[in-house]
Amino acid sequence: MFISEKFKLYLRAIAALLFVFSVTACSSIEPWVKPYERDHLADPIMKFERHPVSSAYIHHIYEVRESARGGLGATGGGCGCN
Amino acid sequence: MRILILLVTVFPLAVTAGVLPEERADALYHSYDGGGVKIDGPSILVRKNFAEKFSVSANYYLDMVSGASIDVETTASAYSDERTQTSLGLSYLRGDATLSLNYTNSDESDYDADTINFNVSHDIFSGLTTINMGYAKGKDEVRRNIKDPVDGSKTNDPNFSEEIERQNYQLGLTQIISKNLIMGLAFETITDEGFLNNPYRVVRFLNPDGVTTGTELEKYPRTRTSSALGLTAKYYLPYRAALSGLYRYFTDDWDIEAHTLELGYTHPKGPWTFDFKYRFYTQSGADFYSDLFPRANAQNFLARDKELSDYSDHTIGFGVSYEFLKDWKFISSGTVNFNYNRIMFDYDNFRDARVSSADPSITAGTEPLYSFDADVIQLFVSFWF
Repeated sequence: MFISEKFKLYLRAIAALLFVFSVTACSSIEPWVKPYERDHLADPIMKFERHPVSSAYIHHIYEVRESARGGLGATGGGCGCN
Repeated sequence: MRILILLVTVFPLAVTAGVLPEERADALYHSYDGGGVKIDGPSILVRKNFAEKFSVSANYYLDMVSGASIDVETTASAYSDERTQTSLGLSYLRGDATLSLNYTNSDESDYDADTINFNVSHDIFSGLTTINMGYAKGKDEVRRNIKDPVDGSKTNDPNFSEEIERQNYQLGLTQIISKNLIMGLAFETITDEGFLNNPYRVVRFLNPDGVTTGTELEKYPRTRTSSALGLTAKYYLPYRAALSGLYRYFTDDWDIEAHTLELGYTHPKGPWTFDFKYRFYTQSGADFYSDLFPRANAQNFLARDKELSDYSDHTIGFGVSYEFLKDWKFISSGTVNFNYNRIMFDYDNFRDARVSSADPSITAGTEPLYSFDADVIQLFVSFWF
């Protein structure tokens, strides 16, 4: 599989992050932003994709006319605010 | 790194975690007008939950194409004039994890595509962090239309049928940084194998006389692997408005390298919400791309697709939403929305071959570089249940 040197660096950084999260997930971490402090983050204007039907269309517009693809979809997740 | 690749391979992609998607229905009219082509049509999306654990979604999308792009004008190639896409999805919420399965079918007179994707996301640290993983597998069937010389009707060429197999691996992380800042990191690798070029498009080359040109069909490698890393951020401003930012780095084994940068601002005021956006994209071209090859069969792989050239584009966008309905019968909210984007494309090594075709005094390879602007309009209504 083709992956450039630059990308290997990025991947190592992600792997390190995941490793830290997976190890620390076993211990009890105090959330530094408490659930009752997340009212700003829960505001609809803070959603990464407020209108999925519109986002899907505009992603399609770019995907058809640009060679770059991917790397945008996995961050559309919720913020755990609800 | 091998462990990461294995992790990405075994597990799959992303959606929301710990909470099901919103129950809503959207009806959208879309229009793209640029480069001599107009594409418009509807898109309908419905999402509904049941048993407090499941969410189903359905999307119908239609593209109707009219006009002729520069490719069609310079090579008189035939293109499909309608594309229908349907998607069905199911999400299952279990504790802090959400599992999703989606199926999408896209249908054109000369191209069919089926994709299945599976996503899992999980909240950890009391919802401070969401990890997303995904895998998708797609199978495309590529055909070629031929025009009947008598009545002009289009039929599939019985001597041409090709396939593409595609796999996507996604990994994402969404992180609450502070009371006002949330960030996301996403990595995605996509592999394609099969007939990856357009069966109609041709490249041009210089004839031995060094002045006139000839054409031959494009020829691409039969495999492509790309990787993209995206970083997104959203920041809540003290007066209830939001700033957003996105950067994506992309690379593939066709030697294309691309950068995408996007900045956005959202400002609500009463029942109105205003959105402003600027986006910049730039890429280096594929190593087998050339606007004008020095001779016929100059190399193993040949491309003259402007999307594989060196170029950049800028987008300026504006959107407005108006909430016209609140708590009426079973509908909790209803909005009408309008979005406008203007995309300006500037190609660095793709020339306007129409100029030399129309004026023989201008030789191939000296025509002005091609550029065009596109207007993208979306008008839609949304209802939340």
